[in-house]
Amino acid sequence: MPIINADEVKDEYDVAIIGSGAGGGQMAYTLTMAGVNCVMLEAGRDYQPAAETPMFNTADNSPLGGTSTPDKPLGFWDSTIDGGWQVPGEPYTQASSDPRDQYRWWRSRMMGGRTNHWGRISLRNGPYDFKSYTRDGLGFDWPITYDEVAPYYTKVEKLIGVFGTNEGLENIPHSPKGVLLPPPKGRVGDLMAQKGGKKLGIPVVPIHRAILTKQLDYDRIPKELHPDNPKAQKIVSRAMQGRAPCFWATPCGRGCSIAANYQSTTVHLPPALMTGLLDIVPNAHAREIELNDEGLAKGVLFIDKTTGQEKRVKARVVVLAASSGESVRILLNSKSNLFPDGLANSTGLVGKYIMDTVGTSLRGQIPALENLKPHNDDGASGSHFYIPWWLYKKQLKGDLGFARGYHVEIGGTRKMPGGNSPVSNSYLGSHFGTKLKEDARRYYGSFIGFACRGEMIPNENSYAEIDKEVKDRWGVPVLKWHWKWSDHELKMTEHAQKTFKELIEAMGGTVHGKVKTSGRDAISPGGSHKHEVGGAKMGMNSKTSVCNKHSQTWDVKNLYLSDASAFASNCDKNPTLTIMALSWRAADHIIQSFRRGDF
Amino acid sequence: MRESDLNRLPRKAVLSFIASSTTIPFLDAKSTEDEAVASTVGYGTDPVLNKNYQRGDFWPLILSKYQRSMIERLVDTILPADDFGPAASDLRVVDYIDEWVSAPYPKQVQHRELILDGLKILDRYTNNEFKKKFLNLSQAQVVQTCTELFLQRKKKSEVKDLKNFIYTIRDLSMGAYYATPEGWKAIGYVGNVPLARFDGPPKEVLDELGLKQTVNDTHH
Repeated sequence: MPIINADEVKDEYDVAIIGSGAGGGQMAYTLTMAGVNCVMLEAGRDYQPAAETPMFNTADNSPLGGTSTPDKPLGFWDSTIDGGWQVPGEPYTQASSDPRDQYRWWRSRMMGGRTNHWGRISLRNGPYDFKSYTRDGLGFDWPITYDEVAPYYTKVEKLIGVFGTNEGLENIPHSPKGVLLPPPKGRVGDLMAQKGGKKLGIPVVPIHRAILTKQLDYDRIPKELHPDNPKAQKIVSRAMQGRAPCFWATPCGRGCSIAANYQSTTVHLPPALMTGLLDIVPNAHAREIELNDEGLAKGVLFIDKTTGQEKRVKARVVVLAASSGESVRILLNSKSNLFPDGLANSTGLVGKYIMDTVGTSLRGQIPALENLKPHNDDGASGSHFYIPWWLYKKQLKGDLGFARGYHVEIGGTRKMPGGNSPVSNSYLGSHFGTKLKEDARRYYGSFIGFACRGEMIPNENSYAEIDKEVKDRWGVPVLKWHWKWSDHELKMTEHAQKTFKELIEAMGGTVHGKVKTSGRDAISPGGSHKHEVGGAKMGMNSKTSVCNKHSQTWDVKNLYLSDASAFASNCDKNPTLTIMALSWRAADHIIQSFRRGDF
Repeated sequence: MRESDLNRLPRKAVLSFIASSTTIPFLDAKSTEDEAVASTVGYGTDPVLNKNYQRGDFWPLILSKYQRSMIERLVDTILPADDFGPAASDLRVVDYIDEWVSAPYPKQVQHRELILDGLKILDRYTNNEFKKKFLNLSQAQVVQTCTELFLQRKKKSEVKDLKNFIYTIRDLSMGAYYATPEGWKAIGYVGNVPLARFDGPPKEVLDELGLKQTVNDTHH
């Protein structure tokens, strides 16, 4: 079974999955390995990384040097197709005209969604992160513990391949021995930051990213992942053999034609398709989940974007994995007599408590890195090292003035130049001629960037609802966003700016630009980090949450959420690994329910 | 692009961008006979990525021969042939700037106005200073002109008017120059090649910086 047209869908499937990214990909993988028959609806076009990825392409052979434009907001080579903070014909609206109270909603309308371009940062949530309300009285606890999710983190790490180390730091869980792939060597910027951090008592350690630093053990891992399932073992082994280890060139954001990093399109979907149990319908814009007379989900109404016609697909279970915002939109647009305010929304909580990652950054110039002997610094693109949150104890005592942590991503600058000038004008004075070339050589690679990625506490003022006026080009009502940061987030960014200045100075450098002393100036606008999570939170009971700890909605028992919409909090750790772990867990629950004959 | 972004741009850029996103033909009001009409259509949200492009593949290049010659003299003075590498025009920097100012996107449309106006002001300025059009200056006079424009010492209105222009030309030239293999050599970039293993910085670099590699081969 393959990628099909909307006209080719079968009469009925076991499970219909809306969305093909991290959550949908993992769901399809786990279900099909267990013999469950699935159909997947993807709102964008099919996408073939092996053929389409611009590996090695350079700025001198690309339009505008590959720099960003409204058509390609993250630059020409970014793998995102038909996506960005704006998608033509698919608007969204803002409740506030003040840009500081707006949410910029990133969407990726393509097979695999955001997993094609993401940063591959794969950090486990720690034990505190699932019980944050218990710890400090703010936000919500999850209805699950770290220990319940840990086996799924391990399975996902084994399947997708994650490099990194176990460092024994507070609330930074270890992976079992033999699970993580070897970390790449530190680059000059990483090692300098590590040395500078030591002076300040700030740990700088290898990060975890979903990139193969060596080939996956395709004999051992499939047996561990799928004991007693020889068919799955064979398929997964074959799929793993199709992935080459990183060859240390070409940024991951372009995607990867050799499948050295995790993308749903190279890791989850190929083995799922090999089972013969998955049909994928691209260009299928999900509009509503439909109910039968018993109030159970019976399938999905979608628009075939190639013809503009409405189509239906029937299934015994429906899984939403369309991204937090889009899943909320589909639920709220699925109105019926039973659910006049939207599906699974008897609590009125659908759309509420949406969170993003808290971001701010600062750059420094480090004289010791000037005129460095040229050497290959490409590595695994992106971060090799990072700073995990290191002030849990101080924070719990209330010494910091904000309640949750952040990690720091470190960016070196000996990257492939071209497009944007490799050295900012402020370092070049009024120079031109050979003096300018001397400056370029001197300063190139001497900058280092620190980026705060922190936890936002869910609040009443950050949510999405259906706009009563505006519809998209297919007549589907769109989302209206409400957004507000709390003082916790603003103060976090002030702390980060101050810390980055200290780090830069500990490295013997100076701040490039200005340290922002006010959180209002420092914080990136909501949505900048494309980590929208929440909106249909999981919880202990049907009065205070939309779904239970298996991501199953309280109101409709054959409806599951396998994207980040079910998140009860958004700790500093990037959400993708947790999306996959919880999706695998939800899939297991669906499989068990089928076996029990629940659906 | 959001409505709020559109409001901050000059009207011409807004019209051009709106035209490009709706594919309504839009005639550049400032076009004269020696300026070709710029395209209003960009590469869209799904261009073929895995392809090497030439300047002009997506939109026609609008600079006249005269304008290109002026830019050539400027960029070859800003990034001349020397021990670091060839002159900017030998690395197709003029083509890059031509593609840039011909592009339909808001930032590039702003730069189009800045650069096309700047070239006219530059001729006016050199005419006042040297009684010559820019292209007729000696190389020493071009250097003197660039020095004044970069240093901004003189109070003359043309000098002030050309500040943004000359710094933008320098910025674009560097982006183009260092995008090439010769530029990589000049700046000291090594990479974009497949490697069997990544060894991190060489020992002599670590020694110079007083650093030790902290990820060893058995680190796990």
